[in-house]
Amino acid sequence: MKKFAPFIILTILAVIPLTGLSTYMLHILILVIMWSAIGMSWNLLGGYCGQVSFGHAAYFGVGAYTAGILYSKLGLSPWWGVPLSIVVVSVFSLVLGFIVLRLRGPFFALATLASGEVMRITTENLVDLTGGAMGILIQKRTWVDKTWYFYIILLIAASTFILVRKLMESKLGYYFVAIREDQDAAESLGINTTLYKTLALCISGVLTGIAGAFYTNYMGYIDPHVAFALHDISIITIMIVMVGGVATYWGPFVGALIMVLLAEVIRSMPGLGTAHQTLFGVLLIVIIIFLPNGIVGDYKKLKRLLGFRRAST
Amino acid sequence: MTSVQIEVFLQTLIAGLLLGGLYALIGLGMTLIMGVMKIINLAHGELMMVGMYIAYWMFVLFNIDPYLSVFIATPALFFLGIAIQKFLVNPVLKVESILPENQVILTVGIGMVLANLATVFFKSDYRSTPVAYATNAFYLSDFWETSPIELSLSVPWTVSFVFAVVITITLWFFLAKTDTGKSIRATAQDLEAAFLMGVNVKLMRVITFGIGAGLVGAAGCLFLPIYYLFPSLGGQFTLIAFVITILGGLGSTIGAIIGGLVLGVFESMTATYIGMGWAPVGRFVIFVVCLIFLPGGVASLLKRKKFGK
Repeated sequence: MKKFAPFIILTILAVIPLTGLSTYMLHILILVIMWSAIGMSWNLLGGYCGQVSFGHAAYFGVGAYTAGILYSKLGLSPWWGVPLSIVVVSVFSLVLGFIVLRLRGPFFALATLASGEVMRITTENLVDLTGGAMGILIQKRTWVDKTWYFYIILLIAASTFILVRKLMESKLGYYFVAIREDQDAAESLGINTTLYKTLALCISGVLTGIAGAFYTNYMGYIDPHVAFALHDISIITIMIVMVGGVATYWGPFVGALIMVLLAEVIRSMPGLGTAHQTLFGVLLIVIIIFLPNGIVGDYKKLKRLLGFRRAST
Repeated sequence: MTSVQIEVFLQTLIAGLLLGGLYALIGLGMTLIMGVMKIINLAHGELMMVGMYIAYWMFVLFNIDPYLSVFIATPALFFLGIAIQKFLVNPVLKVESILPENQVILTVGIGMVLANLATVFFKSDYRSTPVAYATNAFYLSDFWETSPIELSLSVPWTVSFVFAVVITITLWFFLAKTDTGKSIRATAQDLEAAFLMGVNVKLMRVITFGIGAGLVGAAGCLFLPIYYLFPSLGGQFTLIAFVITILGGLGSTIGAIIGGLVLGVFESMTATYIGMGWAPVGRFVIFVVCLIFLPGGVASLLKRKKFGK
């Protein structure tokens, strides 16, 4: 049963647009799937390889701007950005990896955070190429209906899921986990840690970049503050994985579902809208203190906690 | 160089040094916390923002000068830091988890809450304190009438710088001469050895976080007369603090001071000669260059000299 779970969920998701869902619900679903794709790719680097990145907005934004610049400067369809972002983001993450992967633990975290911010500022200043703070507007959307967008992002997320899973079941996956558990021990066992860390960063970055290119196509507008947002992309990505479950296959999906729905609910409540980051922050703090491995990772603990509460009342 | 160019250069240098003194104060708090706790406090800039708001409201409500608020905001932030350490960071240190970076992510959460609460309560308006002396300045020609070049020294900048220097010296005295300060340094050097020598390591951690927060709160008060205030200003100062710590060498106090000065001068130079918008990129360039060529920071240079290697 457990073996078929991915297929069952995929089938259910694939059938959903046929049931005549409202456009708004479909939009929410697209966001959930997009965020779970980003969460899964973050999880590969942060959860499995242990390199906690605070700057996934950099990859997301580079992917998004690849699509945007193709459209605004070369007049090509921004969909070309999806395949092209693979190349661009690979090169970008190789360069970035050369710098940030020298660092470990919290220092790596902060260096990646800085890289995301620097990309935002650079994009703001390179007005000729990126349009600066004005951003890039895709004037003609490919489809008015959201159904095709849904299937495309579903395809992207499913491929991400399969890729991450296959990677983690292969020899490479064991290398990644070994690096996370003890980098020096891994090195002494003959694992080329630099190579595998770079590999993890590249794959993770490229997968995020593809989601970014999709975002440009789907939303039709990007600017530096949207595409390289620190809180709204980098931190949310971490939160999705932390809430769902670090180093689990389904964690990012569960996390994305909870976070996107929560964001929508908070936004719809009058007076709470501006306070959504406070609530997110409190949620993050509570999760870290009580369920450090997320809902999926600490499922048994969560069940026990809830069971205990029921028994006591 | 013509005399105008020299003037611009010297003026930029002075502005940079004054800015650097304040940066050093921010970096000192970060480096202390990092040395003792071995974690990065990503809510550092947000704590500074809290300090600035305290000083701001003291000025607006009670007409207390921002410089006097140093004596209010620093203790307030000290206790806030202690509370954060005691009730949030310590429980996380005990929890088993896959990622050791949980504490860092925790501080991100704290920072988010602080910044957002400030937005909710005070709106995201840009504010500044209209102190009477804000635009006053000392001019070189006032002191030396036949001076070939003209330099000016803004009053609030200078006062802030002097305050920063005084606070830094006090901190140095505290760390070098008092028992508590020595215990803190011992904890930073070797936690287990300090523990075995009878240092109350847990208490030292709490106090250190408090001092770090207090220092950055003081820096906030000093920044208020020369800068503007808005709820999301924390992030950039966290980054600045981090660059200073890397530049100065991890956990090194003297390194943080030098790092702060270097960064201040560098930023002021980038702003004058390349463009205002690029100053943050310059920060990252310094950071990268430092990581590649000087991974131990300024502190490693000083050590090398001392041992004659």
